[in-house]
Amino acid sequence: MIHKLNRFHGGLHLPDHKAVSMQAQVTPQPLPKQLVIPLQQHIGAIDEPSVNPGERVLKGQLIARSDAHVSAPIHAPSSGTIVAIEARPVAHPSGMPAACIVIETDGKDEWTTLTPCADYTQLSPETLRQRVHEAGIVGLGGAGFPSFIKLTPGIGKVVETLILNGAECEPYITCDAMLMQARPDTVLQGAQIMLQAVQARHCLIGVEDNKPTAIAALQHALQALNDDRIRIVPIPTIYPTGGERQLIKVLTGKETPTHKLPIDVGVVCHNVATAAAVADAIIEGKPLISRYVTVTGAGIGQAHNLEVLIGTPMQTLLEECAARNVPDMQTIMGGPMMGFVVEDLQAPVIKTTNCLLHQTKPQSQAALPCIRCGECMRVCPAQLLPQQLYWHARAKDLDKTQDYKLFDCIECGCCAYVCPSHIPLVHYYRFAKTEIWAREREKLKSDHARERHEFHLQRLERKKQEDEERKRKKRELLQRAESPDDNKQDAIAAALERVKAKKAAQQVAPQNTENLTTAQQAKIDAIESRRKTLSNDSGQDEGQ
Amino acid sequence: MLTAVLILAILALVFGLLLGYAAIRFKVEGDPVADKIDAILPQTQCGQCGFAGCRPYAEAIAKGEADINQCPPGGEAVILSLADLLGKDPKPLNAEHGEAKDIKTVVVIDEQQCIGCTLCIQACPVDAIIGAAKLMHTVIKAECTGCNLCIPPCPVDCIHIVPVGTTLQSWKWPSPEKTVAATEAVTP
Amino acid sequence: MSTITTPLSGPHTHAQRSTGQIMALVTFALLPATAFGFYLFGWPAFNLWLLTIVSALLSEAVTLWIARKPVLFYLGDGSALLSAWLLAMTLPPWAPWWIAVMGGVIAIVLGKQVFGGIGQNLFNPAMLARVVLLISFPVELTSWVTPQVIGGSTSPSFIEGLMITFRGYTIDTVSSASVLGHVRTEVSAGHHLSTLMSQMPSPEDMGLGFMSGSMGETSAAFIIMGGIFLIYKRIITWHIPAAMLASTALLAMIMHGANPERYVGAGFHLTAGGIMLGAFFIATDLVTSPSTPLGKIIFGAGCGGLVYVIRTWGGYPEGVAFAVMLMNAMTPLIDHYIRPRIYGHKRRGVSLTYSGKRLESAHKFETKND
Repeated sequence: MIHKLNRFHGGLHLPDHKAVSMQAQVTPQPLPKQLVIPLQQHIGAIDEPSVNPGERVLKGQLIARSDAHVSAPIHAPSSGTIVAIEARPVAHPSGMPAACIVIETDGKDEWTTLTPCADYTQLSPETLRQRVHEAGIVGLGGAGFPSFIKLTPGIGKVVETLILNGAECEPYITCDAMLMQARPDTVLQGAQIMLQAVQARHCLIGVEDNKPTAIAALQHALQALNDDRIRIVPIPTIYPTGGERQLIKVLTGKETPTHKLPIDVGVVCHNVATAAAVADAIIEGKPLISRYVTVTGAGIGQAHNLEVLIGTPMQTLLEECAARNVPDMQTIMGGPMMGFVVEDLQAPVIKTTNCLLHQTKPQSQAALPCIRCGECMRVCPAQLLPQQLYWHARAKDLDKTQDYKLFDCIECGCCAYVCPSHIPLVHYYRFAKTEIWAREREKLKSDHARERHEFHLQRLERKKQEDEERKRKKRELLQRAESPDDNKQDAIAAALERVKAKKAAQQVAPQNTENLTTAQQAKIDAIESRRKTLSNDSGQDEGQ
Repeated sequence: MLTAVLILAILALVFGLLLGYAAIRFKVEGDPVADKIDAILPQTQCGQCGFAGCRPYAEAIAKGEADINQCPPGGEAVILSLADLLGKDPKPLNAEHGEAKDIKTVVVIDEQQCIGCTLCIQACPVDAIIGAAKLMHTVIKAECTGCNLCIPPCPVDCIHIVPVGTTLQSWKWPSPEKTVAATEAVTP
Repeated sequence: MSTITTPLSGPHTHAQRSTGQIMALVTFALLPATAFGFYLFGWPAFNLWLLTIVSALLSEAVTLWIARKPVLFYLGDGSALLSAWLLAMTLPPWAPWWIAVMGGVIAIVLGKQVFGGIGQNLFNPAMLARVVLLISFPVELTSWVTPQVIGGSTSPSFIEGLMITFRGYTIDTVSSASVLGHVRTEVSAGHHLSTLMSQMPSPEDMGLGFMSGSMGETSAAFIIMGGIFLIYKRIITWHIPAAMLASTALLAMIMHGANPERYVGAGFHLTAGGIMLGAFFIATDLVTSPSTPLGKIIFGAGCGGLVYVIRTWGGYPEGVAFAVMLMNAMTPLIDHYIRPRIYGHKRRGVSLTYSGKRLESAHKFETKND
């Protein structure tokens, strides 16, 4: 059985540097003293902590969740005490801190009660999705999109093919390769569960052909499993085959329309590590609290893969792998193409941390002007015109960048990699993208303000009108009073009658009048008599 | 002679009818240019331009009574957009109307000091301050446009300007030019 | 308040090739044809080449200094060297020194730096300089010499070479019309081509380059060699040279077929004059040509068509420089209208749509492949 493969435009053959971290087996990282768990490790809404400082938590216990649809709950990676919920350094290109839950581990690693499921085939797709959601599983390939959403095809959508992404096209990263080698059965079980959750016909597992051991392990496990819905497809090693839309094109020949999702072409795509996490969550009931992380790079003494609890500071991983600590080193989270530099190594490993790349800072080469060589265009997997995007982004002509489909850019970095003028193209695109998002937020805000201002003006206007109406009525009354018209006199008399009647009605029995002292009684009497004379006076006035 | 007059008269009639029809058929409600200008303005309603809010300023620009460089909150971006829309040459911000702010700000009321005079509530163009007479007031941060119009009326000076902090969600990649310039400045 | 750092975005790795290397590779590809030019026309050709380059580099340095740009940094990219080199190859080999110097200055100052330097120029600097020189000094730019092969009895010595470059030469001794000019004068005088062809160099000599002409343009063989090297190195693509040569050849074939006595054939057009150098080295200039493959084909075909039209009916015997410059002016337009189909879009830029039916058929197709 040979699967017919397709090609996407452009791409690069990169030196893969993968062998260096694949020599050793995956080792579990020792339990750190403190775990720092950011409240946002996924795309979507930030979680709210559901625990308080001082509370003891068990391994696997829910510690943060959100009511928003696009979100994933977070669980305690080990047992211990919550010592703080505060802003800590996190892995983010901005280098800014963010809210984290800090757990002081107690070393017991005591599990909370789990709900394993021996036979998942009994579970309905809804239940499976619900459990995947509750386990806090997000896309482990790097994007971190909550997985249960991608397992929900939506009304009227039929999933033809489930694709498991084992391409791992970025250089250096080997965590998925090691996972497929070490736990092929779990990956395949995950595939079966996902097939059931999305009710897909078959599943293709795409693995780049520079990982023969992983392919062999999967094939061996598949033979034992004997599930003819699943097929393992070796694919050519071209960066960025691991991009979701690129992989779909390679495996099925289908192009996902822009602004649409793979589901619209009948495909659902998940990472192999996500599949393994789904299997663990459904079969053993374990939430996502650890992952494989590749620690590698020229500055690492013993590059290998570690099984790391979420929340472990990156520094401890580097120490574990004998990182050289020289000043001009930098640590990148992710691969060399799409990763970003982590400024503060106290930042913890999160659900999407697939690789720590420790290497010498590249010499910053001054950018020359673009000579329009067109190499960027030739390598662009989205078939964009990177140089046009660059010019418009540089000129801050954001509308033009959208004309040239900036948002179809997947930021794979091929263009910047080949640019002979060393122009930081991806940086320009990221700048333009965040600038456009900010502008849209601003636009929403200003529209909102305009609405509120218009409402404010309307309110003032209404008030003015009401005031004027009142004044006009008063004036009318006055005019009537002045004019000797009988009708008006009658009307005034009738109004006064009404007032009198109202006053009479209001003269209810006085309260608290029992047990009054004589002095009090005398005072009251005096007041009453005064009031009477006054009302008589006014009555006389009326008569005139 | 007569034919020429007749032809001209008929032509005039035909074109007149045509224009009349076009006026009805392609009638445009309101002032579309003013609407477009208003859409560009930042809607802080701060009045720094010399008009009573963004809409009056937009109408003034549309009528040619005001220049495009009188909006300090909008800064360079608004001037460029307006220049683009109106086909004018962009020009620097008119300093008479104030300086552009780099950082977005909102105001907060120091609730300890507030005497509940309601003067700020009346000054707020977007009704972003809540409170009643003799009761403490507070600013709805999400609705505040940073116009600072509430500050002068406050008799006890309890309203303060605070910058809107960047979050991970609102963080923007800095322009590469700035980054390159910064690194070059650090490593000469 | 948080401090905002200025991160540098990825990728954190980079391919080896730089702008300077691209320029160096193109220059390297020019070496065989240049060496052949020196061999064919002797010391004066070398002097001309050297003077053009020196004057171009000096003007580049001065203009960079005036513009307050880092002089050595930009000189190092090799683009001024390349422009001057290409210009020198299109000049008559025994042209006087001031043609070389003026050419270098015009190419760099008017052709490149006034547009804002490298990457910004609308026209090919070498061609701009050549056209300015041709219009200003038509006599000097159309005075050709018969090949004076180095080592041959008529080849000028080093000293004689200097004399020729700086003092000029007596025209009648060695002068000769270029093949294109010769054909043009004879045909317009009413002579038939069949009688004329016997006076022409043999097709082999024309292919190898043993004929009078510009310093580096005569040898089609060496230029093709360099061009293929550039295509192999992925610096240029085949689109522009192929389209340019094909369109000239096609027009020549049609016209020759219609009237063989008046219009010369395709082989002659492809080996004479500057079309080979133009197709592989000048029209393919990265800065001034379109970037998409289809755009390149349109650009190349336009160049080729114009070359034929100018050669056959225009006011000059050779039209490569004019043709390339005219198409350079079209480049922004071509780039605006010819855009690739972006992933997930239809060609017009709207999103792909998948109707139920098409999706189904796609599935069927796929299952067939299974």
